[in-house]
Amino acid sequence: MVRLLLSMMIFWSAQSLAVIETYEFSSPDLEMRYKALSQELRCPKCQNQNIADSNAPISRDLRAIVHQQLEAGATDKEIIEFLVDRYGEFVRYRPGVDSNTLWLWSAPIILLIMAVAVVVTQIRKDRDRQTISSNAERANRLREKFDGDPS
Amino acid sequence: MQSFKRFLPLAAFLLLVVLLVRGLSLDPTELPSARLGDSLPDFNLPVLGESVSRQAEDWQGEPALINVWATWCFSCRVEHPYLLELAQKGVTIYGLNYKDDPEKALVWLDDLGNPYTETVVDKDGLFGLDLGVYGAPETYVIDASGVVRHRHVGVVNEQVWNEQLARYFEAEPTAGGSD
Repeated sequence: MVRLLLSMMIFWSAQSLAVIETYEFSSPDLEMRYKALSQELRCPKCQNQNIADSNAPISRDLRAIVHQQLEAGATDKEIIEFLVDRYGEFVRYRPGVDSNTLWLWSAPIILLIMAVAVVVTQIRKDRDRQTISSNAERANRLREKFDGDPS
Repeated sequence: MQSFKRFLPLAAFLLLVVLLVRGLSLDPTELPSARLGDSLPDFNLPVLGESVSRQAEDWQGEPALINVWATWCFSCRVEHPYLLELAQKGVTIYGLNYKDDPEKALVWLDDLGNPYTETVVDKDGLFGLDLGVYGAPETYVIDASGVVRHRHVGVVNEQVWNEQLARYFEAEPTAGGSD
């Protein structure tokens, strides 16, 4: 019984965390895009939440703007540009490439190149060592053969 | 080559130290306004308590602060006395009453004093949105030609004024400096 009560309490508390308002969309496609956009846009006030999760007044405003512009026929790109104009690249969780984010975007490529370089040099070194040791082995064998031969 | 290699871990460590120290001194909550260097976005808003309205051009001619405030905003009450002080020094402060009830706003100014040259009412926050406001209080600096020069999020106090805002008013004989 206690367990049941607890699980119900947990269930309800999770519900009360959900964002309040719901929007009516003229097509399911718009609703999909709304969901995607509101997940991808970052709340300027509460830095580590997207506007879909945030209860801040500004997030409510931004959700209203996204809804309104979607219904007005704006493309995703136009909506993002509208918000970036006002709040800066900060509002995007996937920022565009500019002088600030250049390192961010190029880091995976740079790291990949570095990793490949390390692997290649290691392999080369190993191969050299193998040939050296096999050469040394051969030399030893030959030496034994000649030294050990009393003739 | 061999001696160079020996110092590689040290070099990597120093690089890491530099990056981490820089990381410590960065304030991730500090967001430069996207409007810096741009003219104030167009608006046409009613003046609080009057039946006239103002456009962006009306606020040109001298550097000024634009203070975003509301009666629901607790920190606005905290910074209010300092705004009065600045106004007394001769700093032009325009008020942007943001998503508020104009009646309450008038009562607030009557109770606490009015530091604003004038206050415009942005009831639904649409001009705030154009400006990139995400809460209150926020304070913007515009120069004489109406270009946004600085944005400060949070309470304006003496330290903020001296460190961030005063320099935009130094040409003004009445403002800047301490007294």
